[in-house]
Amino acid sequence: MRQSSIIDIISPIMVGPSSSHTAGAVRLGLLARNLYNGMPSKVTFRLYNSYAKTGKGHGTDKGLLAGFLGLSVDDVRIRNIFDLEISKNFDYSFEYLEDFNRHPNAVDIVIDGVPNLTISGDSIGAGEVVINSIDNFSVKVNGKYNTLLLVYRDIPGMISKVTSKIPVNIASLNCDRNAKGEDASMCIALDGELSQDIIKAIHDLPSIYIVRYIKKLES
Amino acid sequence: MEKSVNISTFEELAKACEHYEKTIYELSQEREAELSEISVPEVRILVKKSLDAMREAIQCGMNSDKLSVSGMCGADCKRLQDGFANRHALFGKLYEKIVTYALATSEENLRMGKIVACPTAGSCAIVPSVLIAVSDSLGISEKEQIDALVTAGEIGRIVSNKVQLAGAVAGCQAECGVASAMSAAALTQMRGGNVSQILNAVALALKNLLGLTCDPVCGLVEIPCVKRNPFLAIHAVTASEMALAGIESKIPLDEVIDAMEQTGKLMSPMLKESSEAGLAVTNTAKSLWKKLETL
Repeated sequence: MRQSSIIDIISPIMVGPSSSHTAGAVRLGLLARNLYNGMPSKVTFRLYNSYAKTGKGHGTDKGLLAGFLGLSVDDVRIRNIFDLEISKNFDYSFEYLEDFNRHPNAVDIVIDGVPNLTISGDSIGAGEVVINSIDNFSVKVNGKYNTLLLVYRDIPGMISKVTSKIPVNIASLNCDRNAKGEDASMCIALDGELSQDIIKAIHDLPSIYIVRYIKKLES
Repeated sequence: MEKSVNISTFEELAKACEHYEKTIYELSQEREAELSEISVPEVRILVKKSLDAMREAIQCGMNSDKLSVSGMCGADCKRLQDGFANRHALFGKLYEKIVTYALATSEENLRMGKIVACPTAGSCAIVPSVLIAVSDSLGISEKEQIDALVTAGEIGRIVSNKVQLAGAVAGCQAECGVASAMSAAALTQMRGGNVSQILNAVALALKNLLGLTCDPVCGLVEIPCVKRNPFLAIHAVTASEMALAGIESKIPLDEVIDAMEQTGKLMSPMLKESSEAGLAVTNTAKSLWKKLETL
């Protein structure tokens, strides 16, 4: 991935001790929270490889949970997240796994609720993260852009129908599908913002099942 | 000529600086402004925010001797300050300042205090200690400090086009190594170095840190990370002095980055932040790990 911003290199201002294992974890949690956009009954964080082996000492577990509960990377409450009121009434657990086919700092955030959703992402260095799959659909959400995520039926003309409703510049567009004519996903990173009216107009298009608008992360 | 927004190698950067007759920070901040659709002054406000947070972390770190959760580290900056109060450092006041500021920031990080990842949290003390200690000692203006931090950011940005700045991916050469190279660039900029001298300072610093492993004891950003930061801050000074004297890296910077990328790939995953080799599996580390489990 091409690093385009110097600000990314000389930030974030964050609670230590690790950009990939603490701040990255908070960001992955935050993105999953924004993506899910609802109140789950239970969340399981599956940490892989280096995240699993060294996560506890780096506060990766604390960071993931804190992010999912809406704390930002520079919030000193991350230190005590397990003792805070907001986490006490929240059902969560951690699993520690190994899978050499996954990134060294990979996580699955398995959400039980309506709907059930599994969100997978990597912390790719210097606090940068990417959500790369949602329920086995491959996506690309890095929190740097406002991102529109759609699940729809794979029929001809869908991309143009959607993009013609978007008035701002599109930074990137990724599509994936289970099979021809089956469920498909579209992930659109935007240079600007979308109004609720536009999001609704896209939702009202035929054969679109799920629309999520994921705001870029503040820090 | 490559448009400045497309610059992704150091050769392109050097050529663009020459072509447009601009410094690295001028090109970099203009590029940043264009891509983020904000003004150059707005970019510099963001940079100043990081600079201010760096100062704050140094202040907090110098005034605390609270240990980390593990109890392994946290009181060394106090020790260092007491030591310098009794016996001045051989290399003088500025040296004292750099290593003190570096240790202060590193220790603030392990307490889960607020720091600036620059480029990462484990390497967060190197750029601030050099930049702020030198500016305080030489009376360098805030404007010039921001210029220097933008320069450092541009170096990190271009390196990260090739190599992910993560110990788990390329070892500590990609974290503290890059931070030291960024500091060398910032320092050379502050002392009036030209584009070629800045890039040579980066190459010299980085070349000498290739293969640096990431083998943290107990998997924590404490041993050897905390003390490595002051070492590599001074390392940056040496690189900058040589470059300012006109010494060049025989291997061009882009090729040094290629070597760094290859070295990172060849390095065993056991030496890349997984704590399965090196210092992390010494007898003492193992017993520290056991002790931690009983906490």
